[in-house]
Order: sequence, then C-alpha cells, then structure tokens
Amino acid sequence: MYLRTLGALSLMSLRRTGRLGLFLVRTFFFAVTPPLKFSHLLKQIQFIGFQSAPVIFLTGAFTGMVLGFQGYYTLNRFGSAALLGPMVALSLIKELGPVLSALMVTGRAGSAMTAEIGIMRFTEQIDAIKLMGLNPFRYLVVPKFLAGILALPLLTAIFNVVGIFGGYLVGVKLLGIGEGTYFGEMSNHVSLKDIVQGIYKSLSFGALIPWVCCYKGYYVGFGAEGVSKATTQAVVLSSVLILFWDYILTSALF
Amino acid sequence: MIQMENLYKSFENLEVLKGVSLRVEKGEILALIGGSGHGKTVILKHVAGLMKPDQGRVCVDGKDVYGLRGDELERLRSHLGFLFQSGALFSSLNVFDNVAFPLRENTHLAEREIKEKVLNVLEQVGLRGAEDKYPAQISGGMIKRTALARALVRNPEIMLFDEPTTGLDPVIAHTILDLIKSIHKDLGFTGIIVSHELSRVFQIVQKVAMLHDGVILFVGKPEEIMASRDPVVRQFVTEALRLPPSAMGIVDQEKKPHGKG
Repeated sequence: MYLRTLGALSLMSLRRTGRLGLFLVRTFFFAVTPPLKFSHLLKQIQFIGFQSAPVIFLTGAFTGMVLGFQGYYTLNRFGSAALLGPMVALSLIKELGPVLSALMVTGRAGSAMTAEIGIMRFTEQIDAIKLMGLNPFRYLVVPKFLAGILALPLLTAIFNVVGIFGGYLVGVKLLGIGEGTYFGEMSNHVSLKDIVQGIYKSLSFGALIPWVCCYKGYYVGFGAEGVSKATTQAVVLSSVLILFWDYILTSALF
Repeated sequence: MIQMENLYKSFENLEVLKGVSLRVEKGEILALIGGSGHGKTVILKHVAGLMKPDQGRVCVDGKDVYGLRGDELERLRSHLGFLFQSGALFSSLNVFDNVAFPLRENTHLAEREIKEKVLNVLEQVGLRGAEDKYPAQISGGMIKRTALARALVRNPEIMLFDEPTTGLDPVIAHTILDLIKSIHKDLGFTGIIVSHELSRVFQIVQKVAMLHDGVILFVGKPEEIMASRDPVVRQFVTEALRLPPSAMGIVDQEKKPHGKG
C-alpha cells in the first residue's frame, strides 16, 4: 500500500518535472524563432524592469547600509576596517545583488505573471487566443521570458550601485572610513571576473523566474483557489530554485 | 464542412463521448442539443482543436484537425470563430480593443480600416457607444455580444456557438439569435450552435442533433425531431419547448412517415 503510494507520487513528480522541462524547451524554441511580438516585449520590460526599479532601489540601499555596519563591526575586530569597500562590493556584486534582486522580482512580478496567465487560462482567454490563430507561447510567455533575461541584470546593476552607495554612507559618512580608502580598496580588489560572475547569475535568474511563474500559471487549477495556490507555489518554487541554482553556479564559478 | 467520426473522450474515469459521429455540410448550421453535462461543449472544443479525442477524428474542410502541425492548425483556426459560453473576453482590454484584437494581431490592416470594421460590427451587435467600457463594467448580455462581435469581425467560414443565450433575458437572447441568423444569411458560414432555446434556435438551423449520455440519439431536420420515437428525445424536446405532453403524440402521428430518431 505504502509502496504503491510512493510509486504514484514518484511518477507524478517525474511527470511534472518533465512537463516543466518541456515548457522551457518550448519557450526557448519560440523565443529564438520569429516572429517576436516586439510591442509585448516592451510592455513586459516596462512591467518587470521599470516598475520593479523602486523596490530594487530601496532593497539595495538598505542591504548596502546593513553590510556597511556589519562589515565594519567584523573587519574592525581584525584591524581591517579599511577593507570595508571591497567587502561590501564583493558581497553585493557576486552574491547579494543577483540573489536579492531575483527574490524581489519573484515577489513583485513573478507572482503577477502566474496570476495573470492563470486567470486567462481558467476563463478560457488562452483558448480564445489559440482560436484566433495565435500562439499563446509567443503572445504570453516569450515576451515575459525575454523581458526577464533583459531586465534582471539591469536591476541587479542598480541594486549593486545603490548598495555600494549605502555602504559608503554608513562606512564613510557615519563611521569615518576615508572616502579614498573605501573606493580605492574596492577598485584594487574587485575584478572584472567578479562582475561577470554576477551577470551570469542574474541572467540565469532572469530566465528562471518567468519560466517557473508562467509554467505555474499555464497549468493552473480551477477557480480563485487554483490561482492562489499556483501563485504561492510559483513564488516558493522560484525562490527555492534561485537559491539552489545560486549554489550550483557559485560552486561552478568559484 | 465539419465531419466527426466515432469520437471517444474520457476525463480520468468519466467517459464523456462514446462514439460520436456527426456531419455538418458547408453553409449549414447544426443545433447541438442535450442535457447539461452531456458533452456538447466537449464536442465543440474537439472541432476547434482545443481537445484531442481518445479515439476517432474530426475533419474540417477535409483536413484532419489532429493531423495538422502548429502553423497549419493556426491557419485553420484563423478561419474559425468560437463564441465561448463565458465570452472569454480579455479583461485587460476594453470592448473596442477586444474586438479589434484578432484584426491587429492577425492581419496587416491599417488602424483606420480596423476602426471602421470594428465600429461596423459593434453597430451590428448593438454596442455602439460601449467601445471604451471594460468587461468588468458591462452586463452579461453585453459580454456575449462583444464576444460575438469579436468572433465575427474576421468573417469566419466556420462558427461555433457555445450557449450564446444562456443567462440572458429573453429579449437579448432573441436579439442575439436573430443576429446570428442575419449574419449567417450574409456570410453563409458553416456552424454548430449549442443552445437550450430550442423554439428560437429551430428557426435558424437546418439540422438538429441530440446528444445524450455521450451518444447522438437523433440527427435530422428541426421539424423531424418532433416525430422522434425515442422517449428521451421526446421528453427533452417536450420540456424544452414547454409543449403539452400530447403535442409530441399529435405531431408524431402527423409526421410518422418522415420520422428518424
């Protein structure tokens, strides 16, 4: 009995994973083959990118300021407070910038993607799109997917710059580290390789969020409860996958 | 022409279609009647290629809908109009943009021509003046009429109507059915209409099919269904038309030589 239940659960998980994988393959196929709905892409860049900028700005500023305090406190114990600049910059560029930006975009835009596609699915709007001779992947999923890939590295860059400035406010203006020390040490210790690693991460998160969130919306259950469940699952799954994929990339790029 | 051959469809353990075969000739409208939950919408969705049968096939203009690849299926669908039971309007677009949507996305018409066509079709369905309203701001009848306008704006060769009058008051229901009749006269589309408004629908269709428990119990002309000997058909039609029980008997005797069912 238990064995049968375990078998059924395993098969179901396998089927869902396969469907998630096929969803990515289809999305990628339609993303690289014309025609591209350019106006929809612009609209999605505006929604995922531009409209997320204020929350990224705020998160980046507070993260940088907290790093300024914590970093100073820790480094000062070892007499290395002068290295606060590189510590803040490396933490943000390599790790916190891409990951926190991705988590914020998941909460703000990813959940909205799932809800939008989910409601369109169960109110037959997606069927209506198909019956107009249009491909719902090209119309709904691909613009979000490409917009995610384009917007997330830019949002991460904003996060990093604002975060570094937040660290500067705390470290230099509040705790008295020299301005030249803060930025000078930063330029000595941060290499192009570190920045590229951060960009790789944010690019992959930019693809991961629309992939998972659109998938959850596309295969939504029934009614309002189905949409609310799909939205929760999309945010949780995306967040867990972001952290998991971050670990994989960090190990690979270390 | 639409042809369904021996369609079977199950959802998990529930067998909905059990060998449905139907044929709708070019330019003909067929009324698909039957009790709720017997699979009428499922049949329409098979014709539109939204559902895949477990067994059997559907041919539209001689082409097997499930043998068509992505682009071919999209081409076939661009000649097809579908009026959903719920309307399926895009909630983020207003009435005008909903109706203009298939023209903007599927044709190379200039915005001026699109505007002209959309306003013309909105005039036909009696929705001039409501162009700027969103689906959440209009009544059920207006949603159905907007959906009808959206389905008709491309002058489709095949039209599928899923309960176009359900939930509407009798005046609007009759307006919509009259509209379908007059547009059919102008465009000559091939169509299937699922409806419970039998008295009105029988006046606009050339053929009637009754689906019961996953099988077709009757196919014939509207006037022939009155003469059916099948007790299920008789009971359904009597109750749907609100005829006195004796009416079917009288018609039965009068039409006996032509009766099918």
